[in-house]
Amino acid sequence: MKMTKLAATVAATMMVSAPVLADTLHFPNLSYRTGPFAAGGIPFADGYADYFTLINERDGGIGGVPIRYTECETAYNTERGVECYQSVRGDSPLVLQPLSTGITYQLIPRTMEDGIPMHTMGYGRTSAVNGEVFNWTFNYPANYWDGASVIINYLLGENDGSLEDKKIVLLYHNSAYGREPIPTLTRLAERHGYELLTIGVDSPGQEQGSQWLQIRRERPDYVVMWGWGVMNPTAIQEAANIRFPMENFIGVWWSGSQQDVLPVGAGADGYKALAMHGTGMDYPIYDDLQQYVIEPGLYAGTGDEVGTVLYSRGMYAAMLAVEAAKVAQEIHGVANITPAMMRDGMANLEITEELMVELGLPNFGPAFSVACENHGGSGEAMIQQWDASAQEWNLITDWIAPDREMIMEMVMDDSLAFAAENDMTPACMN
Amino acid sequence: MPDTLLFAMEATLNGLTAGVMYALVALGFVLIFKASGIFNFAQGVMALFAALTLVGFQSGQIPFSHLINAIFGTRLHHFGWNMPTLLAIPATVAVMILLAILVERFILKHLINQEPIILFMATIGLAYFLEGVGDIMWGAEVKALDVGLPKGMSDTVDELTFNWFGYGFFIDRLEIWAAGIAAILVASLTIFSQYTKQGRALRAVADDHQAALSVGISLRFIWVLTWSIAGIVALVAGIMWGSKSGVQFSLSLIALKALPVLILGGFTSIPGAIVGGLIIGVGEKLFDFFMQPIVGGATENWFAYMLALVFLLFRPQGLFGEKIIERV
Repeated sequence: MKMTKLAATVAATMMVSAPVLADTLHFPNLSYRTGPFAAGGIPFADGYADYFTLINERDGGIGGVPIRYTECETAYNTERGVECYQSVRGDSPLVLQPLSTGITYQLIPRTMEDGIPMHTMGYGRTSAVNGEVFNWTFNYPANYWDGASVIINYLLGENDGSLEDKKIVLLYHNSAYGREPIPTLTRLAERHGYELLTIGVDSPGQEQGSQWLQIRRERPDYVVMWGWGVMNPTAIQEAANIRFPMENFIGVWWSGSQQDVLPVGAGADGYKALAMHGTGMDYPIYDDLQQYVIEPGLYAGTGDEVGTVLYSRGMYAAMLAVEAAKVAQEIHGVANITPAMMRDGMANLEITEELMVELGLPNFGPAFSVACENHGGSGEAMIQQWDASAQEWNLITDWIAPDREMIMEMVMDDSLAFAAENDMTPACMN
Repeated sequence: MPDTLLFAMEATLNGLTAGVMYALVALGFVLIFKASGIFNFAQGVMALFAALTLVGFQSGQIPFSHLINAIFGTRLHHFGWNMPTLLAIPATVAVMILLAILVERFILKHLINQEPIILFMATIGLAYFLEGVGDIMWGAEVKALDVGLPKGMSDTVDELTFNWFGYGFFIDRLEIWAAGIAAILVASLTIFSQYTKQGRALRAVADDHQAALSVGISLRFIWVLTWSIAGIVALVAGIMWGSKSGVQFSLSLIALKALPVLILGGFTSIPGAIVGGLIIGVGEKLFDFFMQPIVGGATENWFAYMLALVFLLFRPQGLFGEKIIERV
């Protein structure tokens, strides 16, 4: 009798709970709030979560369907990232956001097989730009090769269009992520005549004495950094120690957050980094976030990351996911979309400045449209500079375009090689 | 003088100062291993925990505020005052002593007479526990640590070497200070163990547990004492490493730098930890200097282990370690 009651209770619970699960849009986040890279993972995850909360609280979800946001802790560890993927893949994840190039590389073949879209914004496999090969992976609005090219274009602008006889050091995290810009910078070195010297730093990057002694000996004109986690503040501190001119030290967008410069204090003044989106809280969207998320205490984490660079990036990623879901709902005429429909939404996403203004983010990100031939957006980025006395990042350029023609050649080479290795015939899905 | 030789000399000098930083971490391991035979896997996390606590006190952060806010819906973060460094350091030392008492009370007391591997496993558990507690207590964001130590290039060394060789050597002033502090630390530990009653008791336990017990030395007190001293050493290491690159969770990974130092110097020798640190520091800097053009750098992490491996082949007990002779 007891068992019958129990069984009835379980059945009733399932009947009640099942429609709730089905009538939600599931956005999982493979986040990292622990481990050596938590300092970067936490603000991104907070921004990602808070935007979904805003959409639920202010708009009642997307197209009337509430968002279900879940997190799985990867600790920036590739094996744990794959385990997280296994745990969410059966729960209709609309889009995956792993925030790790290592995890991305592992998930690309799996998501292709399972039909789950993945968004790797400013990280991951660069050649995923080619949607004919990487149907399920999107890396708009910019990728690593864009970033490397934007830095060189910025330096060209600073040097009257010529980098002839200049020496540029690439200080990189010795991982799949850190090695990504090497082919681009090498090819650009041949084109523009600068000397490129690459110097690796082993993860996590807390010890860089040898690397900076070498930089001091080599006396480069510029140092470009591809770092993450503790490698960034350590490198900036070492640069300040050897009195390297900070205005000639430029990091990628993963080396340009408050976490990277604040520990260094005044020594970080003048350091530059790429920005794939705006910084600060001077955007109307923060009024809504304050009203619907912060004030009612619905914020993720501790609520003290709001407005930081990586928080803004997480929020931007969530905004792009929501807009893609809206496009998917429009294309398919249903509110309760599947991962396959979400992919269609991402593949047809168009971000205009008018839309950004409407969303409360004027001039926050570049305008771009996604197509099968280009899953990578416009590739534009700005340069920001750290003001240590005011403790804020200031944008010092407008959007700078990358050398897309050259990058697309490299994208085609790499993506077609991937297709050949995997016996694939490149083709658009829509 | 040829440039290569000058650069190699500069790398050697930097290796020596970096070696002192490694030795600071290794010292904590040696102290606990010598007194209790436990390889304390949690030593790196203790350095992190000590540094987090110090910054927390300095900035007037309310411990466990995130947890309190989540449970009670409050918005507590700071007490509203900053604690001077001279007060924050003794307060952190008190926390590390309290931690030592808790470790003895809740872990070591229950594991008396257990195999070393069991005790080692317990310290692995302690490491994860302490990392989590540190996170909940003080938050996971990167924190700047400033205790007033100078940082950046030493102009004196730069000018002096420039006058001698025509090329100014780079030395980080923080690492010069670290060398001085390490020297004071080793001298203090030596004086403590040689000339105080508790120090002699500690040495007696290190030599023979059973004999020490038979003459009335409290093993539990000695363990608390040892873990307290290791906690203070962890605080010094945490301050030095935290001042370099901020206090964040990678700080716990500095323990990985101590392992090859211990293999070289021996697990039971304080001078061994210093000499081992210097050998590793100089070795890795010179190796990187000469091999960077060939292998592309990033050799520091694995070179130390390679050197330790070679040492293991010829002298498994390390340079100053006690030779283990087992008769069958």
